[in-house]
Amino acid sequence: MRLSDDEKAIRDGAEGPAVAAAMDLLIRYGEALGAEHLCDTRNVAGTMTQPSPVKAKLVGEGGWHKAFSVINLDSDDEFEIPHMRVPTCQLQQGFGEDALGIAPYPASMVELQADAESFYGSHGVNILATCTPYQVGNLPVRGEHCAWMESSAVVYANSVLGARTNCEGTASTGAASLTGKIPCWGNHRTENRYGTHLIEATVPVEGFLDWGMFGYFVGDLVQENRPVVTGKLAQPDLTDLKHFGAATASSGGVEIYHIPGITPEAPTIEAAFDGPIPEKVGYGARERRAIYEKLNSQGESADVDFILLGCPHASLDQIARTARALDGRKLNNGTELWIMTPRALRTVADRNGYTEIIRKAGGRVLTDSCPAMSKSAPEGTRVFATDSAKQAHYLPAILGIEAWFGTLEDCVDAAVTGTWRGELR
Amino acid sequence: MTVEIRDIRGRGVVPGRAEGEALVSHQTISGWGGIDPATGTIIERRHELFGVCFTGKVLVFPGAKGSSGWSGFFQATRLLGTAPLAMVFTTLSTKSALGAVVTRVPTISELAEDPVEIIHTGDRVIVDADHGIVTVHSTSLSPSAGRRPA
Repeated sequence: MRLSDDEKAIRDGAEGPAVAAAMDLLIRYGEALGAEHLCDTRNVAGTMTQPSPVKAKLVGEGGWHKAFSVINLDSDDEFEIPHMRVPTCQLQQGFGEDALGIAPYPASMVELQADAESFYGSHGVNILATCTPYQVGNLPVRGEHCAWMESSAVVYANSVLGARTNCEGTASTGAASLTGKIPCWGNHRTENRYGTHLIEATVPVEGFLDWGMFGYFVGDLVQENRPVVTGKLAQPDLTDLKHFGAATASSGGVEIYHIPGITPEAPTIEAAFDGPIPEKVGYGARERRAIYEKLNSQGESADVDFILLGCPHASLDQIARTARALDGRKLNNGTELWIMTPRALRTVADRNGYTEIIRKAGGRVLTDSCPAMSKSAPEGTRVFATDSAKQAHYLPAILGIEAWFGTLEDCVDAAVTGTWRGELR
Repeated sequence: MTVEIRDIRGRGVVPGRAEGEALVSHQTISGWGGIDPATGTIIERRHELFGVCFTGKVLVFPGAKGSSGWSGFFQATRLLGTAPLAMVFTTLSTKSALGAVVTRVPTISELAEDPVEIIHTGDRVIVDADHGIVTVHSTSLSPSAGRRPA
């Protein structure tokens, strides 16, 4: 890999040993990829604060300086960690203090994470604590080179915003935060951003449920490739595309898609492809039904113990709709409802009175994490229901529970009655 | 019983040389939710290698899937002493490349032939990532000897 003079100087220690270790990791990683050079980034979204057994041990031995050196810089040495060189944010993490007494989750982990937040906060990491940084203060612009983790955020940044990021990892984002560099490979290069597959919806795709199901179909079909989707698509909003992208990155490994006329790099179908347009694959009533059944193939008992909304973290619109659906009602005795959202949006929900309406009904607005990240659902949960294709995909395997998938209204109905009555309409 | 030796040429992803027994997965592997770093085993329920330990093996697989936590989970196998001995994978992505880098084991990808089709679990394999060559010692039974022992 070709290095500039300033990159060589950093590697040789001009900015201190921690930054040199960061550059060493980026060189090893860039060479592993076969990248030709690094590019500059001023937008990093990574993970530093989430507790794990390995991290707890390292912190015990040498504090957060050691934990960052070993995990986020992949070094054997322990360095004094300087202030982040470029704007860096923390993605979703473990549960925080607001979940104590609600989510079965060790208080020691909550404490460790609070300690991490004060260390990293003082080193310039913005504690957004969400899988949707683009909702709360980190909205990259078109063409901006980023170093992001979190598959649902990566696909949103590339596709909806036209920013450029690969699906990075803990060490590459750690190294990027101290250097402002990342290998210029994959999605950073224009030639790797054009579509490879064309999918046409012949049934209407409108609303949160249908965008999620369509995404789950598309991801399963194209796997790691780059789909271009057209057809009977209603104008989507942020919430719809947040669900669509997360679903494509769950059933497959999609990092960028295009919707001609909607997403920025595809004004037309022709512009979405660099060359001939491939033959289209159809998504019709039969495919839609099959996806619905696939997402509901992990549910047997209709007795629902737990409703999970807000995956990826809920938008204000989703919180408002949940509050309206629950207003004046009471959750079934023995059924719990959590809606996950970034803490910054919870503040607005508090202010608007949404949190109070949900709380009065017996539900909870929680932040920072989710049942999958923290491996934690209400005590004794056997059957859960969700409006998220991603959570329905992952949570049964992670927690060994049954799953139902439907609309927000199906989920609220199950929360109030304790019985799953969802069906495809 | 005969031993067939063949070389597969590829590109060294992480330099180094290792020799050991192959563990072949025909399905892609998840890091987060897919492996347990404490025991070095595959924990994805529907996976063909569910419950199988990869520690000390040459892990041969088509590629990485799932969460961007992939590399962090494989780094943890190194820190906990449960890492594979080497890696050989068909498709290179940021997840698998960074994962191999932080696991710090000799790794080869972008091979002339698909390693998952050629290498069998139990084969003796030399991973020479400095030169980008995987040498496979396959023990193949003559047709009259019937099926390969389990």
